[in-house]
Amino acid sequence: MIDVNKVWKQYQEKVVLEGLDVHVEEGEFVTLVGASGCGKSTFLNMLLGTVQPSQGEILLDGRPIPEEPGPDRGIVFQQYSVFPHMTVLENVVATRGFQARGITGYLFGSARKQARIDAREMLEQVGLGGALEKYPHELSGGMRQRLAIAQALLGKPRILLLDEPFGALDPGTRADMHELVLTLWRQHKLTVFMVTHDLKEGFYLGTRLWVFDKLRHDPQAPERYGAGITYDLRVGQMDDKLFARIDQSLSEPVESSVA
Amino acid sequence: MKKLINQQPGRPLRFFLGLLPFVLLVLIYVVSSNARLEVNPNDKLLPDFSQIGDGIERMAFEPSKRSGEYLFWVDTASSLTRLATGVVIAAGVGLLIGMITGALPLFASGLSPLLTVVSLIPPLAILPILFIVFGLGELSKIVLIAIGITPFIARDIQRRTEEIPFEQLVKAQSLGANTAQIMIRVLLPQVLPKLIDAVRLSLGAGWLFLIAAEAVAATDGLGYRIFLVRRYMAMDVILPYVAWITLLAFVIDMALRRMNERLFPWHAQGVGK
Repeated sequence: MIDVNKVWKQYQEKVVLEGLDVHVEEGEFVTLVGASGCGKSTFLNMLLGTVQPSQGEILLDGRPIPEEPGPDRGIVFQQYSVFPHMTVLENVVATRGFQARGITGYLFGSARKQARIDAREMLEQVGLGGALEKYPHELSGGMRQRLAIAQALLGKPRILLLDEPFGALDPGTRADMHELVLTLWRQHKLTVFMVTHDLKEGFYLGTRLWVFDKLRHDPQAPERYGAGITYDLRVGQMDDKLFARIDQSLSEPVESSVA
Repeated sequence: MKKLINQQPGRPLRFFLGLLPFVLLVLIYVVSSNARLEVNPNDKLLPDFSQIGDGIERMAFEPSKRSGEYLFWVDTASSLTRLATGVVIAAGVGLLIGMITGALPLFASGLSPLLTVVSLIPPLAILPILFIVFGLGELSKIVLIAIGITPFIARDIQRRTEEIPFEQLVKAQSLGANTAQIMIRVLLPQVLPKLIDAVRLSLGAGWLFLIAAEAVAATDGLGYRIFLVRRYMAMDVILPYVAWITLLAFVIDMALRRMNERLFPWHAQGVGK
């Protein structure tokens, strides 16, 4: 479904990503881990279309991925992902409004009614059935992320991109969210890419784990080389030693990690 | 004894401290007024409260001998009409320009430099031009107010539009929204409360332009009256007019603030997130 062909990304002198060459099947759940500043979010943004590769290409079903965000790729950010001026229900109904052609994004008549029914159902599914008329600022962090996910899913994307979606949540809420994401992933047959700081999260969720790190390192010019995917693992049959080794490599500061 | 920086007034003390300067000012006025009137009962500079009361009575509650109108209310009505028209036009144009330049980089490149230059022109300096072009009627006064505050509103709205998190624009696009939908459903509602704030801030300048224009060429209006009766040193009319203008400004400001809280309950807290 997605082919990444020899993708490089650099900003002026600073190389962020180098030589990415991977293939992802429909229905996979890929988690991206790595130290901060290692380019995993940059890669996610390339899939999203807000960042373009400097070299190489990313193909979606054999065609270059569009250079702007579109309805085939849903996104949930760590924050600012919902519209603060709409109630919970309106936030999700808006998805339908945006998908209808037109210049206002508002729905009328039967389309509006149907959208409200579907939105309500989606909100029940993510556990927000009791908060339909609340505004986002009245919700907890976890509920806001549930809302963001419901909003994205009503748009029926094929690919769901999650950019550290649970980074700001406390551990209990995070576990609930993991359950939710897994259920929705199976139910809606999505292809998921999730960026996370938390290696455990990467192992627990998903079918595939990518570790981003520098492949080579020049101590005199730390910006000379970018990061690549150092581990590309089918998750599930992981042994503890490997976990410990990756964990070790991630906890080292980027500057001193010589691969 | 706590440090001064840590001392918080309680509610009654805060109220008392807030009232104190007003009481003092009135007291100083009464004392000086009495002192002057004692020396010269015909002094016009600091009329006492009964004279001011007469002035209000004459202007607001007795028909004018010349035209039969209640001048105070006629002046208020024309001034408020001019101010409101000018401000509404400025708000509309400012919102449009601000949103387009704030949301669309191509238009920002084309319009921002022009907007910056226009906002630097002192509006009062072009008042003569407005009189020449639009005549001495209502139009030139309204145009002065509009021209005077539109650049401020437009630039403020532009900045507010740019401040809306990029994530929201991306999110809307990932849900299938086009440019117009993003501007109307995502940006516009979030910018409207900011527009009201911008209008509140620009009303001070609005009054300034209004009174200046009325002083130069008008046949009624609060500013016109003040400048007219100045010729007779009629402080008993000028003072209540100034107080009235202050009160109007205060009430309008408060009404706009209340309106903001009412219409946009989500705005006060949790913006962003």
